[in-house]
Amino acid sequence: MALAGPSRLQAQESPYIVTYDHYLEEPGNLEVEYFSTLGTQRGGHDFHAGWLELEYGATAWWTTELYLDGQSTFHDSTVFTGFRWENRFRLLQREHFINPVLYIEYEQISEADKIVKEVEGHDVEADHAVPNAEARRGHNHELELKLLLSKNFKGWNVAVNPLATKPLLPSGPWEFGYAVGASRPLALKASAQKCNFCRENFSAGVEMYGDLGDTISPGLHETSHYLAPAAAWNLPSGWTFRVSPGFGLNDNSHRLLMRWGVSREFTGFGETVSKLFRGRQ
Amino acid sequence: MKAVFLSLGALLLGAVLALAQADGSKARNAADSRFDYAELAKAPEKARSRRNPLAGEETAVAGGKKLFEQHCAACHGLNGEGGKKAPSLLVPEVQDATPGALFWVLTNGVVRRGMPVWSKLPEAQRWQMVSYLETLKTSPPSAGTAAK
Repeated sequence: MALAGPSRLQAQESPYIVTYDHYLEEPGNLEVEYFSTLGTQRGGHDFHAGWLELEYGATAWWTTELYLDGQSTFHDSTVFTGFRWENRFRLLQREHFINPVLYIEYEQISEADKIVKEVEGHDVEADHAVPNAEARRGHNHELELKLLLSKNFKGWNVAVNPLATKPLLPSGPWEFGYAVGASRPLALKASAQKCNFCRENFSAGVEMYGDLGDTISPGLHETSHYLAPAAAWNLPSGWTFRVSPGFGLNDNSHRLLMRWGVSREFTGFGETVSKLFRGRQ
Repeated sequence: MKAVFLSLGALLLGAVLALAQADGSKARNAADSRFDYAELAKAPEKARSRRNPLAGEETAVAGGKKLFEQHCAACHGLNGEGGKKAPSLLVPEVQDATPGALFWVLTNGVVRRGMPVWSKLPEAQRWQMVSYLETLKTSPPSAGTAAK
Protein backbone atom coordinates (compact mmCIF):
# COMPACT_ATOMS: atom_id res chain seq x y z
CA MET A 1 0.00 0.00 0.00
CA ALA A 2 1.34 3.38 -0.96
CA LEU A 3 0.88 4.81 2.51
CA ALA A 4 3.19 2.26 3.97
CA GLY A 5 5.57 2.02 1.03
CA PRO A 6 9.20 3.06 1.14
CA SER A 7 8.93 5.81 -1.44
CA ARG A 8 7.96 9.21 -0.23
CA LEU A 9 7.30 12.50 -1.85
CA GLN A 10 8.03 14.92 0.92
CA ALA A 11 7.53 18.57 1.22
CA GLN A 12 10.20 20.76 2.68
CA GLU A 13 7.98 22.35 5.29
CA SER A 14 8.44 25.96 6.27
CA PRO A 15 8.59 26.91 9.96
CA TYR A 16 5.54 29.18 9.70
CA ILE A 17 2.51 28.43 11.83
CA VAL A 18 0.34 31.42 10.90
CA THR A 19 1.82 32.71 7.64
CA TYR A 20 1.43 30.81 4.37
CA ASP A 21 3.98 30.67 1.57
CA HIS A 22 2.80 29.89 -1.98
CA TYR A 23 3.59 26.18 -1.91
CA LEU A 24 0.70 23.74 -1.95
CA GLU A 25 0.44 20.16 -0.82
CA GLU A 26 1.79 17.71 -3.41
CA PRO A 27 -1.03 16.11 -5.45
CA GLY A 28 -2.51 13.01 -3.86
CA ASN A 29 -0.68 13.53 -0.56
CA LEU A 30 -2.40 13.86 2.79
CA GLU A 31 -0.75 15.77 5.60
CA VAL A 32 -2.07 15.26 9.10
CA GLU A 33 -1.04 18.04 11.47
CA TYR A 34 -1.65 18.84 15.11
CA PHE A 35 -0.90 22.27 16.53
CA SER A 36 -1.07 23.51 20.05
CA THR A 37 -1.15 27.01 21.52
CA LEU A 38 -0.56 27.79 25.17
CA GLY A 39 -1.77 31.32 25.80
CA THR A 40 -1.46 33.62 28.76
CA GLN A 41 -4.58 35.57 29.69
CA ARG A 42 -4.91 38.75 31.69
CA GLY A 43 -8.30 39.21 33.33
CA GLY A 44 -9.06 35.51 32.95
CA HIS A 45 -7.48 32.07 32.94
CA ASP A 46 -4.62 30.88 30.77
CA PHE A 47 -5.62 28.42 28.09
CA HIS A 48 -4.42 25.64 25.86
CA ALA A 49 -5.95 25.57 22.38
CA GLY A 50 -5.32 22.83 19.87
CA TRP A 51 -6.30 22.15 16.31
CA LEU A 52 -6.09 19.23 13.94
CA GLU A 53 -5.48 19.83 10.25
CA LEU A 54 -6.13 17.36 7.44
CA GLU A 55 -4.49 18.81 4.35
CA TYR A 56 -4.91 17.16 0.98
CA GLY A 57 -3.30 18.01 -2.35
CA ALA A 58 -6.19 17.66 -4.79
CA THR A 59 -4.08 18.86 -7.74
CA ALA A 60 -0.81 20.71 -8.17
CA TRP A 61 -2.85 23.96 -8.16
CA TRP A 62 -5.48 23.18 -5.48
CA THR A 63 -5.06 22.17 -1.84
CA THR A 64 -8.03 21.58 0.42
CA GLU A 65 -7.89 21.37 4.20
CA LEU A 66 -10.18 20.64 7.15
CA TYR A 67 -9.49 22.08 10.61
CA LEU A 68 -11.03 20.89 13.85
CA ASP A 69 -10.56 23.32 16.75
CA GLY A 70 -10.81 22.94 20.51
CA GLN A 71 -9.52 24.50 23.69
CA SER A 72 -9.07 23.95 27.40
CA THR A 73 -9.22 26.95 29.69
CA PHE A 74 -7.53 26.33 33.02
CA HIS A 75 -9.95 26.31 35.98
CA ASP A 76 -12.81 26.31 33.48
CA SER A 77 -13.54 23.57 30.91
CA THR A 78 -12.56 21.86 27.67
CA VAL A 79 -14.69 22.54 24.61
CA PHE A 80 -14.80 21.70 20.92
CA THR A 81 -15.04 25.06 19.20
CA GLY A 82 -15.80 24.26 15.58
CA PHE A 83 -14.35 23.56 12.15
CA ARG A 84 -12.88 25.38 9.21
CA TRP A 85 -12.72 24.32 5.58
CA GLU A 86 -9.89 25.94 3.69
CA ASN A 87 -9.02 25.90 0.01
CA ARG A 88 -5.91 27.31 -1.64
CA PHE A 89 -5.67 27.88 -5.38
CA ARG A 90 -2.45 28.60 -7.22
CA LEU A 91 -3.25 31.38 -9.68
CA LEU A 92 -0.23 31.21 -12.00
CA GLN A 93 1.19 28.13 -13.69
CA ARG A 94 4.85 29.04 -13.32
CA GLU A 95 7.12 30.77 -10.86
CA HIS A 96 7.18 34.55 -11.06
CA PHE A 97 8.83 37.40 -9.21
CA ILE A 98 5.97 37.20 -6.70
CA ASN A 99 3.69 34.17 -6.61
CA PRO A 100 0.03 34.63 -5.67
CA VAL A 101 -2.22 31.97 -4.19
CA LEU A 102 -5.90 32.59 -3.44
CA TYR A 103 -7.06 31.32 -0.04
CA ILE A 104 -10.78 30.81 0.64
CA GLU A 105 -11.98 29.51 4.00
CA TYR A 106 -15.38 28.85 5.51
CA GLU A 107 -15.45 28.84 9.31
CA GLN A 108 -18.14 27.65 11.66
CA ILE A 109 -16.70 28.30 15.09
CA SER A 110 -17.98 29.35 18.48
CA GLU A 111 -16.83 32.48 20.26
CA ALA A 112 -14.93 30.22 22.66
CA ASP A 113 -12.40 29.49 19.88
CA LYS A 114 -8.90 30.48 21.02
CA ILE A 115 -6.50 29.01 18.49
CA VAL A 116 -5.58 32.52 17.31
CA LYS A 117 -4.59 31.07 13.93
CA GLU A 118 -5.29 34.48 12.53
CA VAL A 119 -6.39 37.76 14.05
CA GLU A 120 -8.70 40.10 12.20
CA GLY A 121 -10.93 43.11 12.76
CA HIS A 122 -10.62 44.11 16.40
CA ASP A 123 -9.68 40.75 17.93
CA VAL A 124 -8.01 41.49 21.27
CA GLU A 125 -6.93 39.56 24.35
CA ALA A 126 -10.00 40.58 26.36
CA ASP A 127 -12.23 38.60 23.94
CA HIS A 128 -10.76 35.41 25.39
CA ALA A 129 -11.43 36.27 29.04
CA VAL A 130 -15.10 35.29 28.75
CA PRO A 131 -15.90 31.97 30.53
CA ASN A 132 -16.42 29.04 28.16
CA ALA A 133 -20.03 28.43 29.19
CA GLU A 134 -20.92 31.91 28.03
CA ALA A 135 -18.60 32.19 25.04
CA ARG A 136 -19.63 28.92 23.43
CA ARG A 137 -23.22 30.14 23.11
CA GLY A 138 -22.15 32.50 20.35
CA HIS A 139 -21.56 30.93 16.94
CA ASN A 140 -19.91 32.52 13.95
CA HIS A 141 -20.18 31.56 10.33
CA GLU A 142 -17.46 33.40 8.45
CA LEU A 143 -15.95 33.56 5.00
CA GLU A 144 -12.26 34.36 5.03
CA LEU A 145 -10.22 35.40 2.01
CA LYS A 146 -6.47 35.73 1.88
CA LEU A 147 -4.05 36.56 -0.85
CA LEU A 148 -0.88 34.58 -0.23
CA LEU A 149 2.09 36.37 -1.79
CA SER A 150 5.45 34.74 -1.51
CA LYS A 151 8.90 34.75 -3.02
CA ASN A 152 12.08 32.71 -2.61
CA PHE A 153 15.39 34.49 -3.00
CA LYS A 154 18.86 33.16 -2.19
CA GLY A 155 17.45 30.55 0.13
CA TRP A 156 15.14 32.96 1.94
CA ASN A 157 11.38 32.84 1.72
CA VAL A 158 9.44 36.03 2.23
CA ALA A 159 5.65 35.78 2.49
CA VAL A 160 2.95 38.41 2.90
CA ASN A 161 -0.70 37.47 3.58
CA PRO A 162 -3.30 40.25 3.64
CA LEU A 163 -6.66 38.87 4.78
CA ALA A 164 -10.32 39.92 4.79
CA THR A 165 -13.09 38.16 6.70
CA LYS A 166 -16.83 38.53 6.22
CA PRO A 167 -19.06 37.40 9.09
CA LEU A 168 -22.06 35.71 7.41
CA LEU A 169 -24.16 34.67 10.40
CA PRO A 170 -24.60 36.97 12.21
CA SER A 171 -23.77 39.38 9.42
CA GLY A 172 -21.10 41.95 10.14
CA PRO A 173 -18.65 44.28 8.46
CA TRP A 174 -15.59 43.05 6.56
CA GLU A 175 -12.67 42.62 8.94
CA PHE A 176 -9.02 42.88 7.98
CA GLY A 177 -5.73 41.47 9.15
CA TYR A 178 -2.27 40.50 7.99
CA ALA A 179 0.54 38.02 8.45
CA VAL A 180 4.10 38.37 7.16
CA GLY A 181 7.01 36.01 7.50
CA ALA A 182 10.59 35.37 6.48
CA SER A 183 12.45 32.09 6.83
CA ARG A 184 15.48 30.19 5.62
CA PRO A 185 16.87 26.63 5.88
CA LEU A 186 20.04 26.44 7.96
CA ALA A 187 21.92 24.92 4.99
CA LEU A 188 21.18 25.40 1.30
CA LYS A 189 22.96 22.31 -0.02
CA ALA A 190 21.87 18.77 0.81
CA SER A 191 24.43 16.55 2.46
CA ALA A 192 25.24 13.24 0.81
CA GLN A 193 23.99 11.02 3.63
CA LYS A 194 20.49 10.46 4.89
CA CYS A 195 20.40 12.02 8.32
CA ASN A 196 17.98 13.41 10.86
CA PHE A 197 20.24 16.11 12.19
CA CYS A 198 21.67 17.55 8.94
CA ARG A 199 21.52 21.32 8.90
CA GLU A 200 19.34 21.35 5.77
CA ASN A 201 16.58 19.61 7.76
CA PHE A 202 16.21 22.65 10.00
CA SER A 203 14.75 26.01 9.06
CA ALA A 204 14.15 29.11 11.09
CA GLY A 205 12.37 32.37 10.60
CA VAL A 206 10.08 34.96 12.09
CA GLU A 207 6.42 35.80 11.65
CA MET A 208 4.42 38.89 12.47
CA TYR A 209 0.64 38.97 12.42
CA GLY A 210 -2.17 41.16 13.62
CA ASP A 211 -5.49 42.80 12.85
CA LEU A 212 -6.25 45.99 10.96
CA GLY A 213 -9.81 46.88 11.98
CA ASP A 214 -12.94 46.59 9.89
CA THR A 215 -14.91 48.59 7.34
CA ILE A 216 -16.74 50.48 10.11
CA SER A 217 -13.64 51.28 12.10
CA PRO A 218 -10.47 50.68 10.11
CA GLY A 219 -7.03 51.26 11.56
CA LEU A 220 -4.80 50.07 14.36
CA HIS A 221 -6.80 51.15 17.43
CA GLU A 222 -8.15 48.25 19.50
CA THR A 223 -6.05 45.75 17.57
CA SER A 224 -3.55 43.10 18.62
CA HIS A 225 -0.20 42.24 17.02
CA TYR A 226 2.33 39.47 17.54
CA LEU A 227 5.95 38.81 16.70
CA ALA A 228 6.89 35.13 16.64
CA PRO A 229 10.25 33.51 15.95
CA ALA A 230 9.65 30.08 14.40
CA ALA A 231 11.70 26.95 13.77
CA ALA A 232 11.01 23.68 11.97
CA TRP A 233 12.70 20.30 11.86
CA ASN A 234 11.93 18.16 8.79
CA LEU A 235 12.80 14.52 9.28
CA PRO A 236 13.51 12.27 6.30
CA SER A 237 10.78 9.93 7.58
CA GLY A 238 8.14 12.51 6.71
CA TRP A 239 7.61 13.98 10.17
CA THR A 240 7.92 17.71 10.81
CA PHE A 241 8.13 19.44 14.17
CA ARG A 242 7.57 23.15 14.62
CA VAL A 243 7.90 25.50 17.55
CA SER A 244 7.09 29.19 17.75
CA PRO A 245 6.80 31.46 20.80
CA GLY A 246 4.64 34.47 19.89
CA PHE A 247 5.03 37.70 21.84
CA GLY A 248 2.28 40.31 22.04
CA LEU A 249 3.39 43.70 20.80
CA ASN A 250 0.80 45.89 22.53
CA ASP A 251 -1.53 45.91 25.53
CA ASN A 252 -4.37 44.36 23.52
CA SER A 253 -2.32 41.27 22.73
CA HIS A 254 -1.74 38.13 24.75
CA ARG A 255 1.68 38.44 26.34
CA LEU A 256 2.71 35.00 25.13
CA LEU A 257 1.30 32.48 22.67
CA MET A 258 3.55 29.46 22.90
CA ARG A 259 2.93 27.25 19.89
CA TRP A 260 4.21 23.91 18.75
CA GLY A 261 3.09 21.44 16.12
CA VAL A 262 3.76 18.05 14.66
CA SER A 263 2.83 16.83 11.21
CA ARG A 264 3.21 13.74 9.08
CA GLU A 265 2.84 13.52 5.33
CA PHE A 266 1.30 10.45 3.68
CA THR A 267 2.16 9.86 0.05
CA GLY A 268 -0.41 8.52 -2.40
CA PHE A 269 -3.40 8.89 -0.09
CA GLY A 270 -5.75 9.86 -2.92
CA GLU A 271 -4.69 6.91 -5.04
CA THR A 272 -5.19 4.52 -2.12
CA VAL A 273 -8.68 5.83 -1.43
CA SER A 274 -9.53 5.61 -5.13
CA LYS A 275 -8.47 1.97 -5.16
CA LEU A 276 -10.64 1.24 -2.13
CA PHE A 277 -13.73 2.47 -3.96
CA ARG A 278 -12.90 1.02 -7.37
CA GLY A 279 -11.33 -2.27 -6.45
CA ARG A 280 -8.12 -3.48 -8.00
CA GLN A 281 -7.82 -3.04 -11.75
CA MET B 1 -29.35 22.87 12.52
CA LYS B 2 -29.89 23.77 8.85
CA ALA B 3 -26.53 25.50 8.82
CA VAL B 4 -24.85 22.39 10.22
CA PHE B 5 -26.33 20.20 7.46
CA LEU B 6 -25.37 22.75 4.82
CA SER B 7 -21.81 22.83 6.16
CA LEU B 8 -21.54 19.06 6.27
CA GLY B 9 -22.92 18.88 2.73
CA ALA B 10 -20.35 21.41 1.54
CA LEU B 11 -17.54 19.49 3.22
CA LEU B 12 -18.70 16.22 1.69
CA LEU B 13 -18.87 17.82 -1.74
CA GLY B 14 -15.35 19.16 -1.29
CA ALA B 15 -14.03 15.77 -0.22
CA VAL B 16 -15.62 14.06 -3.22
CA LEU B 17 -14.25 16.68 -5.61
CA ALA B 18 -10.80 16.51 -4.09
CA LEU B 19 -10.62 12.74 -4.11
CA ALA B 20 -11.98 12.68 -7.66
CA GLN B 21 -8.78 14.42 -8.62
CA ALA B 22 -6.93 11.32 -7.51
CA ASP B 23 -8.30 9.88 -10.73
CA GLY B 24 -5.40 11.73 -12.32
CA SER B 25 -3.21 8.94 -11.03
CA LYS B 26 -4.41 6.63 -13.81
CA ALA B 27 -1.70 5.18 -16.01
CA ARG B 28 -0.10 7.63 -18.37
CA ASN B 29 -0.02 6.95 -22.07
CA ALA B 30 2.55 7.96 -24.67
CA ALA B 31 0.68 11.13 -25.59
CA ASP B 32 0.72 12.24 -21.95
CA SER B 33 4.48 11.77 -21.78
CA ARG B 34 5.10 13.66 -25.02
CA PHE B 35 3.11 16.54 -23.58
CA ASP B 36 5.26 16.48 -20.43
CA TYR B 37 8.56 16.36 -22.35
CA ALA B 38 7.43 19.29 -24.49
CA GLU B 39 7.65 21.39 -21.36
CA LEU B 40 11.46 21.17 -21.51
CA ALA B 41 11.42 22.89 -24.89
CA LYS B 42 9.48 25.79 -23.38
CA ALA B 43 12.42 26.83 -21.23
CA PRO B 44 13.52 30.33 -22.29
CA GLU B 45 16.91 30.52 -24.01
CA LYS B 46 18.47 32.35 -21.06
CA ALA B 47 17.34 29.62 -18.65
CA ARG B 48 18.35 26.82 -21.02
CA SER B 49 21.88 28.11 -21.36
CA ARG B 50 22.53 28.27 -17.62
CA ARG B 51 25.37 26.07 -16.45
CA ASN B 52 25.21 23.85 -13.43
CA PRO B 53 27.45 25.54 -10.83
CA LEU B 54 27.87 22.18 -9.09
CA ALA B 55 28.85 20.23 -12.22
CA GLY B 56 31.61 17.72 -11.52
CA GLU B 57 31.10 17.70 -7.75
CA GLU B 58 30.63 14.14 -6.55
CA THR B 59 28.96 15.26 -3.36
CA ALA B 60 26.43 17.12 -5.48
CA VAL B 61 25.42 13.88 -7.19
CA ALA B 62 25.13 12.03 -3.88
CA GLY B 63 23.08 14.83 -2.36
CA GLY B 64 20.98 15.00 -5.52
CA LYS B 65 20.28 11.27 -5.31
CA LYS B 66 19.07 11.67 -1.75
CA LEU B 67 16.83 14.58 -2.76
CA PHE B 68 15.50 12.67 -5.76
CA GLU B 69 14.54 9.73 -3.56
CA GLN B 70 12.83 12.03 -1.07
CA HIS B 71 10.95 14.27 -3.47
CA CYS B 72 10.71 12.68 -6.93
CA ALA B 73 10.90 8.90 -6.73
CA ALA B 74 7.31 8.45 -5.55
CA CYS B 75 6.07 9.61 -8.99
CA HIS B 76 9.05 9.15 -11.35
CA GLY B 77 10.22 5.82 -9.92
CA LEU B 78 13.25 5.09 -7.80
CA ASN B 79 15.51 4.97 -10.87
CA GLY B 80 13.66 7.63 -12.86
CA GLU B 81 11.99 4.96 -14.97
CA GLY B 82 8.59 6.62 -14.74
CA GLY B 83 5.39 5.53 -13.08
CA LYS B 84 1.62 5.89 -13.19
CA LYS B 85 1.80 9.54 -12.25
CA ALA B 86 4.90 10.84 -14.01
CA PRO B 87 6.94 10.08 -17.11
CA SER B 88 10.32 8.39 -17.44
CA LEU B 89 13.40 10.55 -17.00
CA LEU B 90 15.61 8.08 -18.87
CA VAL B 91 14.41 9.01 -22.35
CA PRO B 92 16.50 11.14 -24.77
CA GLU B 93 14.11 14.10 -24.39
CA VAL B 94 15.25 14.42 -20.77
CA GLN B 95 18.77 13.07 -20.95
CA ASP B 96 19.69 15.30 -23.90
CA ALA B 97 18.16 18.39 -22.30
CA THR B 98 20.58 21.05 -21.07
CA PRO B 99 21.16 21.36 -17.31
CA GLY B 100 19.51 24.77 -17.50
CA ALA B 101 16.34 23.35 -19.07
CA LEU B 102 16.10 20.64 -16.38
CA PHE B 103 16.61 23.23 -13.67
CA TRP B 104 13.92 25.42 -15.23
CA VAL B 105 11.34 22.62 -15.27
CA LEU B 106 12.23 21.63 -11.70
CA THR B 107 11.80 25.21 -10.58
CA ASN B 108 8.52 25.88 -12.39
CA GLY B 109 6.95 22.44 -12.30
CA VAL B 110 4.31 21.43 -14.81
CA VAL B 111 1.39 22.48 -12.67
CA ARG B 112 -1.38 21.66 -15.16
CA ARG B 113 0.01 18.13 -15.50
CA GLY B 114 0.37 17.52 -11.77
CA MET B 115 4.05 18.24 -11.22
CA PRO B 116 4.48 20.69 -8.34
CA VAL B 117 6.89 23.61 -8.44
CA TRP B 118 10.09 22.73 -6.60
CA SER B 119 11.37 26.23 -6.04
CA LYS B 120 10.68 25.55 -2.37
CA LEU B 121 14.00 23.72 -2.41
CA PRO B 122 16.99 26.08 -2.32
CA GLU B 123 18.64 26.69 -5.68
CA ALA B 124 21.71 24.64 -4.72
CA GLN B 125 19.53 21.61 -3.99
CA ARG B 126 17.79 21.91 -7.36
CA TRP B 127 21.18 21.95 -9.09
CA GLN B 128 22.13 18.88 -7.04
CA MET B 129 19.08 17.12 -8.43
CA VAL B 130 20.07 18.15 -11.97
CA SER B 131 23.53 16.68 -11.30
CA TYR B 132 21.93 13.41 -10.27
CA LEU B 133 19.49 13.35 -13.20
CA GLU B 134 22.42 13.60 -15.58
CA THR B 135 23.98 10.47 -14.12
CA LEU B 136 20.86 8.43 -14.97
CA LYS B 137 21.86 8.32 -18.63
CA THR B 138 24.83 6.16 -17.70
CA SER B 139 23.00 4.05 -15.09
CA PRO B 140 20.84 1.24 -16.47
CA PRO B 141 17.33 1.18 -15.02
CA SER B 142 16.20 -1.68 -12.81
CA ALA B 143 14.99 -4.78 -14.63
CA GLY B 144 11.34 -4.61 -15.63
CA THR B 145 10.99 -0.93 -14.94
CA ALA B 146 12.31 0.54 -18.18
CA ALA B 147 10.27 3.23 -19.84
CA LYS B 148 7.65 2.07 -22.27
